[in-house]
Amino acid sequence: MITINKKIAERLFEQAKEGLPNEVCGYLAGKDGEVHEHYELENIDKSPEHFSMNPKEQFRAVKDAREKGYEILSCYHSHPETPARPSEEDIKLAYDSKIIYLIISLAGQNQEMKAFEIKDKNVKEIEVVIK
Amino acid sequence: MRLTINGKEETIEKNSVTVAQLLTEMNVEMPDMVSVELNGDFLERENYDGIEVQENDRVEFLYFMGGGSLIG
Repeated sequence: MITINKKIAERLFEQAKEGLPNEVCGYLAGKDGEVHEHYELENIDKSPEHFSMNPKEQFRAVKDAREKGYEILSCYHSHPETPARPSEEDIKLAYDSKIIYLIISLAGQNQEMKAFEIKDKNVKEIEVVIK
Repeated sequence: MRLTINGKEETIEKNSVTVAQLLTEMNVEMPDMVSVELNGDFLERENYDGIEVQENDRVEFLYFMGGGSLIG
C-alpha cells in the first residue's frame, strides 16, 4: 500500500495535464509507505510514448529526500492516452525492484492512478490510498 | 577502504577499486542501468571502468528510470 495526500495526488494529475502531449515523470518520497514529498523531474525523451528521467535531477531529488529523512518510495509517470497499467516497456525497464511504480492515466473520461510492484518482470498491483 | 555510498558509510575490503568494480562489489543488479555520481560529479557510463574510487570518496548510484505507454 502507498498513501498519498490529496494535495500531492491532485498535483500529479495537474503535472500530467500540463505536460501533454508528452509523458511526465517524477519521484515520490516519504516514510513507512506514506508520501510526504514529490519531485517533478524532466522527461528527457520529451515524448508522448516514452519517458526517461533526467539522471542529474534524480540525484538531486534522492539527496534532498535523504536530507529530509525520507526515502524514495515511488517512481511515477503518466500515460497520456493509455490505461494506468504497466506497458511492456515499463516492465522491461523496471530495473529497481524495491521501488513502487505509479502510473497516472489521462485516458478517456476516467483519470486514474495505480501503483505496482514489478520484480523479475512480474507485476503486482498495490493499493493507493489518497487522503 | 572507507567510502560514503548513498549517504551511508561503508567499508570495502579493497584498497583500489574502479567504479565498475565497486558496483559489482556492492552486488548492484544491472550495473549497466545505473547512474553514478562521484564526489558530486556525474560520471558518464563509459568511464566506469577507468575511474578509480579513493578513500573517503562519496559515491551515489541509482537506477535509470524510464518506460513508456506505447503498448498500454
